[in-house]
Formats: sequence, C-alpha cells, structure tokens
Amino acid sequence: MHPLLQRIQQTFSVGITGLAEWRGDAAVTVSRDKLHEVAQFLRHDPGMDFDYIVHVSSVDWPDDEERFEVVWEFYSIRKRHRLRLKTRVPESDCVVDSLTDLWKGADFMEREVFDMMGIRFRNHPDLRRIFMPDDYTEGYPLRKDFPLRGKGWRDTFDFLDEVPR
Amino acid sequence: MTFEDQRTTVYKINPEHPESETLPTLRTEELLLNMGPQHPSTHGVLKVILELEGERLVKSTPVMGYLHRGVEKLAEDGTYHQFIPHTDRLDYVCAMYNNFAYCRAVEKLLNLQVPERAEYLRTIVAEVQRIIGHQFWLSAQALDIGAMTVFFYCFRDREILLDWFDELCGARLTTSWYRIGGVERDLTPSLIDKLKQFLDYFPPKIDEYQVFLERNRIWLGRTKGVAVISAEDAVNFGLSGPVLRGSGVDYDLRKYEPYSAYPKCEFNVPVGKNGDTYDRYWIRVMELYESVKIIRQCLDQMQDGPIMADVPSVTLPPKERVFTNLESMIQQFKLFSQGFDAPPGEIYCGTEAHKGELGFYIVSTGGGKPYRLKIRAPSFVHMGAFDHMARGYMISDACTIFGTYDIVMGECDR
Repeated sequence: MHPLLQRIQQTFSVGITGLAEWRGDAAVTVSRDKLHEVAQFLRHDPGMDFDYIVHVSSVDWPDDEERFEVVWEFYSIRKRHRLRLKTRVPESDCVVDSLTDLWKGADFMEREVFDMMGIRFRNHPDLRRIFMPDDYTEGYPLRKDFPLRGKGWRDTFDFLDEVPR
Repeated sequence: MTFEDQRTTVYKINPEHPESETLPTLRTEELLLNMGPQHPSTHGVLKVILELEGERLVKSTPVMGYLHRGVEKLAEDGTYHQFIPHTDRLDYVCAMYNNFAYCRAVEKLLNLQVPERAEYLRTIVAEVQRIIGHQFWLSAQALDIGAMTVFFYCFRDREILLDWFDELCGARLTTSWYRIGGVERDLTPSLIDKLKQFLDYFPPKIDEYQVFLERNRIWLGRTKGVAVISAEDAVNFGLSGPVLRGSGVDYDLRKYEPYSAYPKCEFNVPVGKNGDTYDRYWIRVMELYESVKIIRQCLDQMQDGPIMADVPSVTLPPKERVFTNLESMIQQFKLFSQGFDAPPGEIYCGTEAHKGELGFYIVSTGGGKPYRLKIRAPSFVHMGAFDHMARGYMISDACTIFGTYDIVMGECDR
C-alpha cells in the first residue's frame, strides 16, 4: 500500500471510508463530517505537508444514494508527493466544509464546483456563481440530468409548419 | 491686486464662521470601476470590478464566464479521440501544449507507452510552442505597459514558427497534431532544416528583446516591485509556472515529475527572488534560451523509429493507409465514432505548459467516452490570486497584473 495511505489509516480510526491506489495516484475517501479534520492533518502534519492545492472537482453519480463526489487534489512541493481527497454527499443535503481556510486557492475552485454541480461549501467567504450569470435559474450544467444542449428558452420555441412569407 | 489680497479674498469669505478659514477637508468616497469586459489589456473578455480609493485598488472582484463554452460537458459526450480538437480551443495561443497535456492524461489512463521517437518529437514541438507562447506573452505585456516596439519584433519571429507549424500540420493556431499514443506525422528533412536555422537565428533576437526593455526606465518602473507575492502565499494560492517560480519556488513538473524526453535533456529552471513582475519577466526570457537548448539536444539525440504506439485497439492507423486500405479505414472510423474501451478508474495528470500546470482529471467507467473530465487550467487558478496581488497598487498596475499572469480567457472560462 502507498505509504501515505498507510499513515492516514493509522492516524484516523474512524471516518475513512476508502483507500485506493491506481496508476500511481493515491486517493482517500473520507466521510463528510471528518473532512475538515483530515484536511487539517494533510496541511499541517510535517510528514504530509500538502502545501499546494491542485484542483477541486466533483463527479455526479445519479444512481448512488450519496449522489455527488467532491474531489480535492493536493501536492507537496517540499516532499514531492500527491494525494487525492474525496468525500460523498447526498443530493438532499449537498453541503461540505470549505477548505479555503487551509488553502486560499480553493476559493475560486470551490466556487466553480458550486456553479457547475450545485454543491455548497460551508464557511466559504464568497460562494457565488463564477461562470454562469448570477441570475441563472436553470440548474447546474455539469449534473448528469442537465441536457447537453442546455435547457431554457430554446425549449419554448414552437415548430413552424411552414415558413411565413 | 497683490498676492496677499488674493489669498484673503479666497479664504476669508465669511468672517462670522472662523472654521471656513481652514482648508476644506477632501471628500473621500469609494469609487467602483468596471474594467472590461471590452478592455484591450484584459486579453479577451474578462471583467474586473475595482473598488478604488483615489487611484489605489482596495478590492478587486474578477467576473468571469464570458467565454464559458462548457468544454467539460462536451467532453462527456464525445470519444477520447474526438476531444483533442476541443483542447486546441482552451488556450488558443498555445494549442500544441494543450493537446500534449490531454494526450498524456489519456495515456496514463490507458497505461500506454509512447515510442521513443514520438517522445522526442513531442518534446521538440512542445518547446517550439513554449517559445511562441512566451513571445506572445512578452509582446502583449510590453504593449500593455506601453512599450510597443517589442510587440513587432516578437511577432516577426513568432511568424516564422507559425509558418513552421503550418508546414508541420496544416494549421497555425488550432493544430491538433498530437494523438493518443504518438503524433500525427513525422518531421520532414525540410522542417528539421528550417528549425535548425531558426535555432541559430533566434538567440541573438532574444538579446534584442532584452535591449529594448532592460534599460527602459518606464518598463523597470512599472515592473519592479509591482504585484509582489511571497513564496508561501504563491504556493497556498496554487499558482504555478513562471508566476510561482518568480517567487523563488522551483516547482516545474518537467523536473519534479519528468515526462516525455525531458529527463534525457539538460536544462535549467530559472527561479526568481523578489516575486515581482520583473522577476516573472526575467524567468520567461530565460526560458526562451532554455527551450532553444532543449530543442537542440532533442534534435541531436533523436533516432529513427515509429511515431505511434502499436496498439490497434487504441491508436489511429497512419493516414496513408486509411485512404488505401479498407481495414484501416474501418479501424479509423470505429475509433472515432465508438472509441476504445478505457479501463474504469480515475487519474490526474499534470503537464508543465508555459503558463503553468495544465492538468486533466479523468474519471472513466469503461467505454469509449470519459465519464467526467475536469481541466485544471492555470489561468483560472491565477485569477484566484488577483485580488491578493492587486491590493494596494494603482489602477494602471491592474493591466500589468493581467499581463504577468499570461491569462487566456479561453482556458480560464473553458
């Protein structure tokens, strides 16, 4: 097993729901209530020392009970290792802790996840839409149930029987 | 009327109110200024709401999304091969490096080995693209600041390389030359000759660019000590590329996680000290020399061999065979329309583009299309630090900061 995953497993007895390593990428899945605690450990522990945030992302699994997966990817510039942190949230209550207090770069990245997938981040300083207009009400574009061609005003178009002259 | 009399008439208007003798205090009020989305120095369509106190920036809020085309959503609807031309449109000034980063990510997902000659070709073209990117950046930044001459000199030399791309793949900007498992076509002897000529021609021209700027008082005044960011903050914000290295962190994926032919080449990673705009300029100019060095070494070391991995279930057949051979045509057709069967799993693969770390996070559930594809675009991450870096500087420095990030909105908004 990857030494980082081993270390995390030893440190946290509860709250770790999955450890995986594939193609050299280590990934750890934590339960939602433990997220901030684990992230704090990753940030401040001298053996972990993840100082660099790579990306925040989210994946939609519509068939699962806990529908959304939120993904953070970290890198340690001093230790030169990489880790992916994941957590799952259900659709009825899609709120996770924001990690902006630990990594300032998470600010815009989490806003993008909110905009595209509709996941809310608790304690985020400025959680607004970032790409879509502020008054956009047609949902969250990257969810799997959002049609590829978009929805909204195009749906209201009538078919014309013949071209009016 | 003497001077004294004049002063009396101005200040002693109302003798009943002695307070009117003192100078009236200046009325202060915060001014909100919309910069963009149609401003020449915002490099596309970006709006920034600036809160000003006099001419100082108190707070700035970037408003993005004018160029949002939903590339990540489009990726979920097409096969892996079909997404390559979409990556051209991310950072449209440096299409080759986007193709490269994407193909590397898919190869990591498939665990695909690329032949050695293809690795060298990829490195050569990627470094040519880096030169183009830095030339474009230098000309745009200098133009924003007011040094127009450099713009023409850079574009003169950039034109040579764009013509070289034209001969290589038939397009100057939206190239789509990289393929999953290799590259589309080999360098011809004529292309190699032209590239060698350019390598001899170019280094004196870099000196020329520097002559215009390094003793230009306006350039120095507007770049030295402007938009300073400490190493700790830069890392915490997730900045990468020259913006991070300007603050003295030598984070470069070509060295940290070597890929392609980079481990076989000797080159330095220039690192700045002060974290200001001037250091980031210096790094990019030094990287031009390093790119020339890398291309030279690759041209010397490159051996003959295949340019595409031989995995027919994944890689495309050569174009000549597609037009003459029925099986190859079917193979090409099936690979584009249905795609190959990627193993289920998820990977992240970062590549050092000239702007910073360009990464692709791909989630696959098997089948020919990615289940989720996330693009980690350096321009977007850099915009997150804009407020922090601009605070306390003048309005005119906002233009400098857009320039120093080297933002391209196609990549930022995706």
